[in-house]
Order: sequence, then structure tokens, then C-alpha cells
Amino acid sequence: MSGKPKLHYFNGRGRMESIRWLLAAAGVEFEECFLETKDDLTKLQKDGSLMFQQVPMVEIDGMKMVQSRAIANYIATKYNLYGKDLKERALIDMYVEAIIDLNELLIIHIFQPADKKEQHLATIVDKATNRYFPVYEKVLKDHGQGFLVGNQFSRADVQLLETLLMAEECKPDILAKFPLLQSFKARISNIPTIKKFLQPGSQRKPPLQEKDVPKVMKIFH
Amino acid sequence: MAGKPKLHYFDGRGKMESIRWLLAAAGVEFEEEFLETREQYEKLLQDGSLLFQQVSMVEIDGMKMVQTRAVLSYIAAKYNLYGKDLKERALIDMYVGGTDDLMGFILIFPFLSAEDKEKQRAFIVEKATSRYFPEYEKVLKDHGQDFLVGKNFSWADVHLLEAILMVEEKKSDVLTGFPQLQAFKARISSIPTIKKFLQPGSQRKPVPDDKYVETVRRVLCVYDGMKAN
Repeated sequence: MSGKPKLHYFNGRGRMESIRWLLAAAGVEFEECFLETKDDLTKLQKDGSLMFQQVPMVEIDGMKMVQSRAIANYIATKYNLYGKDLKERALIDMYVEAIIDLNELLIIHIFQPADKKEQHLATIVDKATNRYFPVYEKVLKDHGQGFLVGNQFSRADVQLLETLLMAEECKPDILAKFPLLQSFKARISNIPTIKKFLQPGSQRKPPLQEKDVPKVMKIFH
Repeated sequence: MAGKPKLHYFDGRGKMESIRWLLAAAGVEFEEEFLETREQYEKLLQDGSLLFQQVSMVEIDGMKMVQTRAVLSYIAAKYNLYGKDLKERALIDMYVGGTDDLMGFILIFPFLSAEDKEKQRAFIVEKATSRYFPEYEKVLKDHGQDFLVGKNFSWADVHLLEAILMVEEKKSDVLTGFPQLQAFKARISSIPTIKKFLQPGSQRKPVPDDKYVETVRRVLCVYDGMKAN
């Protein structure tokens, strides 16, 4: 059935945030249904709404979609954010998969035990600045274009911006050695739909606070 | 440049195995270059062949593709194993996501201590029989067709068969109670390209052994402290 996509998740970033970014970038309005307690999750599991009993789940175009990659792929294709052909899609996929890897580290950071946090942060910074950011800096340098792939705005740009901002939350000067990523960040942030999403009052979620971790853990464990 | 795809990985399953399965299912011949020494890996790093310094890497159609999911999506689309429209692709992506998660639990298995292996084996079987297999069993039962999605052989079928066989290696009677999956397994296994891949002498890799673990650790200098899920 038509209507706005409806997102089922807890009221926080986690694995749903990339989907919020993508919908927002595409200018698609969406609704959200927040899981507050374990009972909320159990209810969804029992009524057969969750294919593998997990969230994220997004009601969209008559489907109850699960698996964040599947959802993102669907949205990106539907709203023309996935390149113009198979080769561009291949590039976008390569860039996006690596961003997902880095995102995973960022997502789980808040859940690390206190004695492991510092080391985990060091790992994030090391991987970001030695493995991932140099690649995107080079891509932008080599083709000199405004967008990562095919001289056109795509999901790769959206997801890279999301990750750059999250990385800066961990270490504010993390982009110091990456001038092209800095100008990329400014440029993509200025795209009207993105700019709107970055303003207070949007559906973008703040980073999870320490004090909220127990509540989230209770939903899922 | 045309020519057979060339896979760069260890001589073992790991993350490359799903790619071998999909190429084989599509009837595409491929070459393999096996990583055995740290020097080989460092050479690949130095000549810029590994975009994010990681293997798997597949040379295909003039690209040096990395990131397993990117490679699989490309192959699936190229060889018409990705459904006929956006909705079918969505279903395939969801199903593959599930089997990917399940196989992910098996991926780390060889690197665990003996004690953790037993824990992990139980974990794998529990997740397979309570979370993943029931879903695919239901899908097949509900539409009564031969393939998971849209009446056509797709990436989802290949990936599910691969996952089923891998879980059976951990518990041989794990499909008891899943009659649809048993029939599915027999049916997909007899597709000519799959049947060929399942025969001895194919490029399918055996269950990882200590030699494989030792090679990965030596080449990558990692995975010494892995824990069970």
C-alpha cells in the first residue's frame, strides 16, 4: 500500500541511521515507530513482521523489508541514487561496503566496556585515517569531480558524508589531512535535502549517550 | 579487458567461497591465484591492487573489485541471477542477507579455540534451526515453487544451498524437520552447473583446516584472539 515509508527501530542511530540519511537525501518523507522496550520487539517478532526476527524493518511499497543493505539497495535504486549502469553500481557498492565496515566500528563504540574504549577509539581513528579516508581522498583527487561516482549525486556520497560526520564526533580534527574530503563534506552538506536533514528538528538522530546504553541493551538482550 | 575472472585469495573458503559458488552457478570459468606468503600480500598492497588493503579481490571486466558483497552483486546482475525487477531484487537481497549472516557465524569457526568451537557449533545450529531455516522453509511452502524468488534460479538459491551444506557439515541431520529445504537442496544440487561444482576436482574448497588457519594468520598477521559469538 502506498504512503510514507515507516521505519521500525529504537530511537537512535544504529543500523537504521544510514536508511534515514538515504530517504532524507532522496527527499522522501518517512514515519518512525520507536521500540522502547523488549515487549515492543517481541510483539513485532510474534506478529511475523520481522523476517529474521530482527530490526531494522521498513514498511515500504507494500513490503516489510529487513536487512539494512537490502533496504538501502531498494531505496537507492528507486530514487536513482545508484549510478547509471552496472559498472557505476559496482563502484558505488565497493565504496559503500567499505563505509559500512567503518560504520560498524563507529556504531559499536559506545557499547565497548570501559577498559576497552580507548583502544577501540584508537582502532577507529587508525582505520579511518590509514585505510578508508585516503581512498576517498584519492578518488576525488583523481577525477576532480564533485561526486564520488559518475559525476552524479549517489548513495555513495550520502553514506560517505554520514560517516565523515560520525568520525568527526569521535575526533574533531580527523579530517585534518584530507582537504578534498573537507570540501566534499561542505559541498554535499549544502545539497538542499541534506542541508535540511542536518538542521535541528530533523529526523536525524544524535549519538547514543552512555546513560541510554542500558535501555537499548534491554530491548535487544 | 575480457578474459576469465581471476580470484585473489587464500586456497580456502573464507569470504571468497560465495563468489566461487556464484561464478560456478552462472557457468563462468575462473582462474585463481592463491595467497601463500606475506610477501605476495605485501606486493598486492604495494601495487595498489587492493583498494582497502583487504582480500578478497577479483579481477573482472577490467576492474580490480574488492568487497565481497560488491563482487557478488555485480556477478549476479551480469549473469541474470538477480531477479527481473526491483521487487524481486529486494527479496533476493533480504534472503541473501539472512544466509550471509548465518554463514558469517561459520566463517570465524576455524579460528576459534577447541572449547569455543563447541560453543560456536551449538550457536550456529541454534540460529540455523530457529531463525533462518524456518523462514526459507516457509517461503518455499507458501509459494510452492522450485526457486526462492520469482520462479527463476537466482543468487538467493545458490547462497541458500551453500549455507545449508555448510551447516550440515556442523550437524549432519540439521535439516530434519525441514522437508521443503531437503527437497530444495536436492533440486538445486542437480542443476547442471551446480552439480558440476559439487563434484570432486572442482574449484569448490574443502572445510577449512589448520593449514588454512595457519596460512591466513601468517599472511595477514591477524585473527589470533578470536572469540565465539
